[in-house]
Amino acid sequence: MKFGIIVFPGSNCDHDCYHAVKHVFGQDAEYVWHKDTSLKGFDCVVLPGGFSYGDYLRTGAIARFSPVMNEVTAFAKKGGLVLGICNGFQILTEAGLLPGVLMRNSGLKFICRHADLKVENASTVFSSSYKKGQVVSIPIAHADGNYFADDTTIKRLEDGDRIVFRYSAPDGQVTMDANPNGARANIAGIVNEAGNVMGMMPHPERASEAELGSTDGSGVFESILKGFLT
Amino acid sequence: MKAKVYVTLKKGVLDPQGKAVMGALNSMSFAEVKDVRIGKFMELELNAASKDEEEKRLREMCERLLANTVIENYRIEIEG
Repeated sequence: MKFGIIVFPGSNCDHDCYHAVKHVFGQDAEYVWHKDTSLKGFDCVVLPGGFSYGDYLRTGAIARFSPVMNEVTAFAKKGGLVLGICNGFQILTEAGLLPGVLMRNSGLKFICRHADLKVENASTVFSSSYKKGQVVSIPIAHADGNYFADDTTIKRLEDGDRIVFRYSAPDGQVTMDANPNGARANIAGIVNEAGNVMGMMPHPERASEAELGSTDGSGVFESILKGFLT
Repeated sequence: MKAKVYVTLKKGVLDPQGKAVMGALNSMSFAEVKDVRIGKFMELELNAASKDEEEKRLREMCERLLANTVIENYRIEIEG
């Protein structure tokens, strides 16, 4: 399977994603500069974390107009797999590939720590290696992870079973206490209606091998591979 | 031609920055402050011939980039 890791000016988790895909999971991986205009040959495109364009104006607002984003949109419309992590999630919402917006954390601080997540939907191509209801610990590192969407959109996400991960307590209880950033409905990760685009604030690539202290994030990559090979 | 663009949070969207500033003002004995909402102010210099035409284009700039209409409203003022 061939992964394209998009590199925007200010991306800083591109190497982590490349390492996870290439060295931990043994797949083909290539960096794609944000000015490139082709995604030919890629099976999955990853928008990594970071601070594209310094988060100027709003997170992801300027990166969303990078030349490669036309291709990412076309790729997604054709059913290609797109995974946006952290800043990648923010870019996908700005681009309209996912609904809602990531606002400043309710506590105003940058948060960098492990977060417990409840797997709400284990039947997406990004989460099929997990079990429904399973709690995984994956690092978050963001100042703007406070997911917001209007009531209609939240209901549509709930009804369509499109919330993949929610911030939870270690026992799987979804409570406000377990919500690090004020995200509505404790949303940590969602998929689009077709199920081929996922955005998540936590960093699965940072929890993809034992050396990193957790392999709880591996499931995201294993799910993608499993879906591709079957 | 100059234009001013004001981007503000929609009603009902929580503004944690505004809340923190309000808390600070209250603790500085400005007890009369009941709410603070923080927005953005942008000044644009334009090479434009017609005010009407430019207003249309400024709207497009706001819709596409300057504001995120999921959470923000915008207001445009054109000078001269």
